[in-house]
Amino acid sequence: MPLLELDNIVVEFPTRRGPLEAVKGLSLDLDEGEILGLVGESGAGKSITGAAITGLIEPPGLIRSGEVRLRGARVDNLPADKMRRIRGKEIGAIFQDPLTSLNPVYTVGEQLIDTMRVHLDLDQKTARQRAIDWLAEVGIPAPEARLDQYPHQFSGGMRQRVVIALALCAEPKLIIADEPTTALDVSVQAQILALLKRLCRENGTAVVLVTHDMGVIAETADRVAVMYAGRLVEIGDVKQVIEEPLHPYTRGLMASIPQIGIRDRRLTQIEGAMPGLRNAAPGCAFAPRCPRAMEHCHSIRPAPQDAGTGQVACHFYGETS
Amino acid sequence: MTPQITPDDILSVQNISKRFDVSEPFLNRVLERRPRRILTAVNDISFDVPRGKTFAVVGESGCGKSTVARLLMGLHTPSGGTIRFEGDDITRMPPGKPAALRRRMQMIFQDPYASLNPRWRVRDIIGEPLKNFGICKNNAEVTREVEKLLSQVGLNPADAKKFPHEFSGGQRQRLSIARALTTRPELLICDEPTSALDVSVQSQILNLMKDLQDEFNMSYIFISHDLAVVWYMADVLAVMYLGKIVEVGPKEEIFGNPQHPYTRLLMETVPKLTVGGSERVPVAGEVPNPISPPSGCAFHPRCPMANDTCRSVAPALNLREGGQKSACHAADEERLKPWLRMAAE
Repeated sequence: MPLLELDNIVVEFPTRRGPLEAVKGLSLDLDEGEILGLVGESGAGKSITGAAITGLIEPPGLIRSGEVRLRGARVDNLPADKMRRIRGKEIGAIFQDPLTSLNPVYTVGEQLIDTMRVHLDLDQKTARQRAIDWLAEVGIPAPEARLDQYPHQFSGGMRQRVVIALALCAEPKLIIADEPTTALDVSVQAQILALLKRLCRENGTAVVLVTHDMGVIAETADRVAVMYAGRLVEIGDVKQVIEEPLHPYTRGLMASIPQIGIRDRRLTQIEGAMPGLRNAAPGCAFAPRCPRAMEHCHSIRPAPQDAGTGQVACHFYGETS
Repeated sequence: MTPQITPDDILSVQNISKRFDVSEPFLNRVLERRPRRILTAVNDISFDVPRGKTFAVVGESGCGKSTVARLLMGLHTPSGGTIRFEGDDITRMPPGKPAALRRRMQMIFQDPYASLNPRWRVRDIIGEPLKNFGICKNNAEVTREVEKLLSQVGLNPADAKKFPHEFSGGQRQRLSIARALTTRPELLICDEPTSALDVSVQSQILNLMKDLQDEFNMSYIFISHDLAVVWYMADVLAVMYLGKIVEVGPKEEIFGNPQHPYTRLLMETVPKLTVGGSERVPVAGEVPNPISPPSGCAFHPRCPMANDTCRSVAPALNLREGGQKSACHAADEERLKPWLRMAAE
């Protein structure tokens, strides 16, 4: 049984002009210990998907239909207090901005100790020792002294290390990391990714890594899911998606990333822009920008079908296979 | 090959510095006996921008790259040094002269949401400089020019009547470019123009900028933290660290054969778009606080090559074999080459 299953989830935000579907039916599985990259441009629905898994969709937004299952048990319909027990214990979360995800009026130690005492049956003394071990584990120098400091006394990179310790300290089986390195300097990004990957491998923690950065995916993920306009367009092993993507959108996306050493006069560009969430065109959402679009691409929406190491939602593969 | 001072430089910056006083208010200083605190954002840097080319400045946040842009545009007054634009010192201008200069230098900002007035229509945003500088005589001419500029940046001339919120991030950045082009500037200063954009939109904007540079023979100062974008855009490149230029020279040389450990390590941090290659080696440590920078070479606490000289004496920018200059004692003392060779393996 997979650790996490998303079964055709639809996330909707009611607005004055009618409901807005941010995620329009998304299914995927995640195995224990696996790192899945979830990529897409802003507005593709990747962060909302992460929030749907953690049960953190801001009301009035809601999961309109579909199921989120953790080890086979539904978690999307749990009451708030039950979900709170799962969050932290079963599912950890790491967000983009380390300053807003730490409580500024508690010391780093208090936050770590509280989290562990709530979720693991520990006494104060053991929890404190474990908090020190965690700070050392995430590479914070002088952990015993740092334990009694407040978040503002840490630099950006160090704060994100604390956030990682906080997400992992209750030993969850799954971490949702939403753009964990986007707010950090490039030289610190590499340190944080290496740390996250090492710790998750050691503890057998599965990760859903939400990011817009293909470089981050290439070096961290095992599998990649690419989202476009609220739907999955391609999912497969990282090597395939990065190096030989199948979907025309993924191909365009990969080709548009400038790369050091490649001497092209022009970058490949995808013309146009992603359609807004209100777009209700019946066909493939990418068809208006697609260089290979056929007539029925504009009228019939392609369903995800097996291709390569995963799935792809594109009529082109339906035609050839 | 080497960017020496020649008549072909549109802009020449000499020993420019910018210090900000970030002390606490007077009373707090007196009562709590706090010292004055000075942040040196730009520390005595010099460079030349070749005409018709792109001069890129890269570095991590807090290295002073945006301050350099703002100094060049006259949005900050320098604490010392001179900036020569076409030979004229623009840091000491007689009153009234800067306006004429603004026509020849324009700027594009990072955030296309904050840099366009949300209550103005596009034709007013782009039309204002046309009227202010007297480029267009009457409203009909302004309308015609605005429509021409919109189509030059790949937008629809009919967009002139819309408001900024009706556009996506990439389209807004096109509007910023159109506004900057109104005065047919010779130098365009671009401060992280694509950092707020998605990659597929970034490539559209970068291509547009290259096309416009060819069409109007503009010089660019391109400020970015993204080395891959800089590789694509730059002709000449300066790497900044804590307010100093640590390496400057032709792009190919700096990327191909970096002569400063920081440049080398910065290259290492760029994620490669291949799977299962060698693991990249992260640079240890973080950028120190610019209010109390480390002694000697500011990079020494993170540098694998640091010795006692590095810790006490600030290195000078010296010319290297490839034609670039770098400020590194290890390179001066021939200690850098063996390390670079080792790091490459």
